Amino acid sequence: MATIATPASPTQTSLAAQTAEGTRGRKPINPGRVVAWACLVVIMLVTLFPFYWMLRTSLSTSTSLFLHPGDLGPVDATLGAYKRVLGLATTAEAQAQGGSGASVNFLLYLRNSVIFAVVATAGQVFFSALAAYAFARLRWPGRDLVFFVFLTALMVPQIFTALPNFILIKNLGLLGTFPGLIAPYFFMTPFAIFFLRQFFLGISREIEEAAKLDGAGHLRLFFGIVLPMSAAPITTLAILTLINMWNEYLWPLLVGTNDDSRVLTVALGVFKQQTPNTGPDWAGLMAAVLIAALPLLIVFLLFAKRVVNSIGFSGVK
Amino acid sequence: MSAATADVATGTNASGAGATQGAGRRPRRSDLGVALLFILPALFGFVVFYLYPTFRGIYFSLTRYNVLGKPHFIGFGNYTKLFADPLFWNAMKVTVEYVVLNIVFQTILAVAIGVLMQRLTKSTAVRAVILLPFLISNVIAALLWFLMLDFQVGIINEMLAGLGLDRVTFFGGDATAIPTIAAVNVWRHMGYTALLVFAGLQTIPDYVYEAAAVDGSTEWRSFWRITLPLLRPILALVLVITVTGSFQIFDTVSVTTRGGPGSATRVIQYYIIQKGFQEGQFGYASAVSMILFIILAIIAVVQLRLLRAGESDLS
Repeated sequence: MATIATPASPTQTSLAAQTAEGTRGRKPINPGRVVAWACLVVIMLVTLFPFYWMLRTSLSTSTSLFLHPGDLGPVDATLGAYKRVLGLATTAEAQAQGGSGASVNFLLYLRNSVIFAVVATAGQVFFSALAAYAFARLRWPGRDLVFFVFLTALMVPQIFTALPNFILIKNLGLLGTFPGLIAPYFFMTPFAIFFLRQFFLGISREIEEAAKLDGAGHLRLFFGIVLPMSAAPITTLAILTLINMWNEYLWPLLVGTNDDSRVLTVALGVFKQQTPNTGPDWAGLMAAVLIAALPLLIVFLLFAKRVVNSIGFSGVK
Repeated sequence: MSAATADVATGTNASGAGATQGAGRRPRRSDLGVALLFILPALFGFVVFYLYPTFRGIYFSLTRYNVLGKPHFIGFGNYTKLFADPLFWNAMKVTVEYVVLNIVFQTILAVAIGVLMQRLTKSTAVRAVILLPFLISNVIAALLWFLMLDFQVGIINEMLAGLGLDRVTFFGGDATAIPTIAAVNVWRHMGYTALLVFAGLQTIPDYVYEAAAVDGSTEWRSFWRITLPLLRPILALVLVITVTGSFQIFDTVSVTTRGGPGSATRVIQYYIIQKGFQEGQFGYASAVSMILFIILAIIAVVQLRLLRAGESDLS
């Protein structure tokens, strides 16, 4: 602790570090670092292996999996599982390879997930940005109080509001529809408003004042200057929201009850229930899982750096 | 882009600056009209889907309500029933077991991974790999491990058998089901939590470690004497998030064990859904979720107090 109380100046320490380095010679192999790297590699393998196993199993034939469960590569390699879950295989074909024969169409659920996640994200980010601007840049009586009340909603567990919201959506006759599915996420989340407000607060006032002198109103200011300037944090928020929406399960389970509104997470649960306990269609299940995971993994691949760097204090609060 | 995220991260500074700038311009007139326009959609969403259901949920918890009819006000009937309900207490017990296992292992692993990354590499690629499980849903993580831990064809049991050990009924055993579900969710969330820890570690300047090294401190000593004490406020916030999330365990149970075997994994949220949607006891389900709400609120307050969040030893 003493070292923290009296930290040496940066130049001193780097000099000291250099001399310390010098006496030890040219970067000796430090056994501690080797062990540390080994730990990190093991953790990365534990992280990655299940993804490989998903791929390997999806390319196998379910009936053969039981004979060679330990094979590291696909067992009786085939694309049959994918045909089966995309509704492209005949019932006989599907059953021969270990499918249940029940008709499933993950292409439809994929479409539903895309509609749900994209529309909910677009609405949520846009309307939250509007509100965040009012909280950050406009002055009006009660502003801080209203913001505080919005934030307290972060404390309420999802299940608590999900029950009454279900009744509301049911009474409006919107069960099994996209509007019913999307509505609770469409207008705001406390987190999205908090996240964007923090960013808008940081934008310099001079730019705003200059625009105002040119006679720009708040609408033009927002759409012409603030939104374009905030493209980076808005994209980050949109990706984080998209991930959450794509993986949402509880609310779609309650509301997206028919084929036309069933999203991938719910469909996977149903598919697993339908597959027989004795001799489950593992290949089909993993093919479906891979189809459900792939779109998000592609988005992540494109924006990995942004997503990885965005997880920090903004994610904490 | 990195500048943008940095601005968001240092939001507290920004808000301070904004406040002082605003104070200097007090005489400006209010923007109430245009503010209403900007806030209207979010306000609508907040009132309809957060505020109204919160009060309605409290009201439902005081009624007998089977969804089809109208709610009948019965006062605290649901609550007295609940405290005498062995299944409710079982759900509490099972959930707490899950939370303790999940949080202890997840936090230890996350701190370990975060520290490893801080001291070894700041590579984005490594962090991306570590984050990967967080991108797939709880449902997918559950199904994936349901296969890998299967009694007959699961690769883990194949490995155990290969080593001459007994196969384990991971999801199917009374004693193993909750630890298994906890482990699956540790796998999914440890990378995300590690990145939160890693971000927290970035606030500790390098010279602190250099100075400690000059003073002859080992990495191990530096971890206990420097890293952990300075990480405490961040850890407090991380724990509030992860514990709150952990109490709401549902997805994994719903697609794998469905509460079984027996009631071994009938966690609180699964019990709420079962009561409300399968048994039509909506008022009772609301009362149970009210208890969950209260527990989470207490935990958040207590945790922040205990861990003295917001006070950094650095400042």
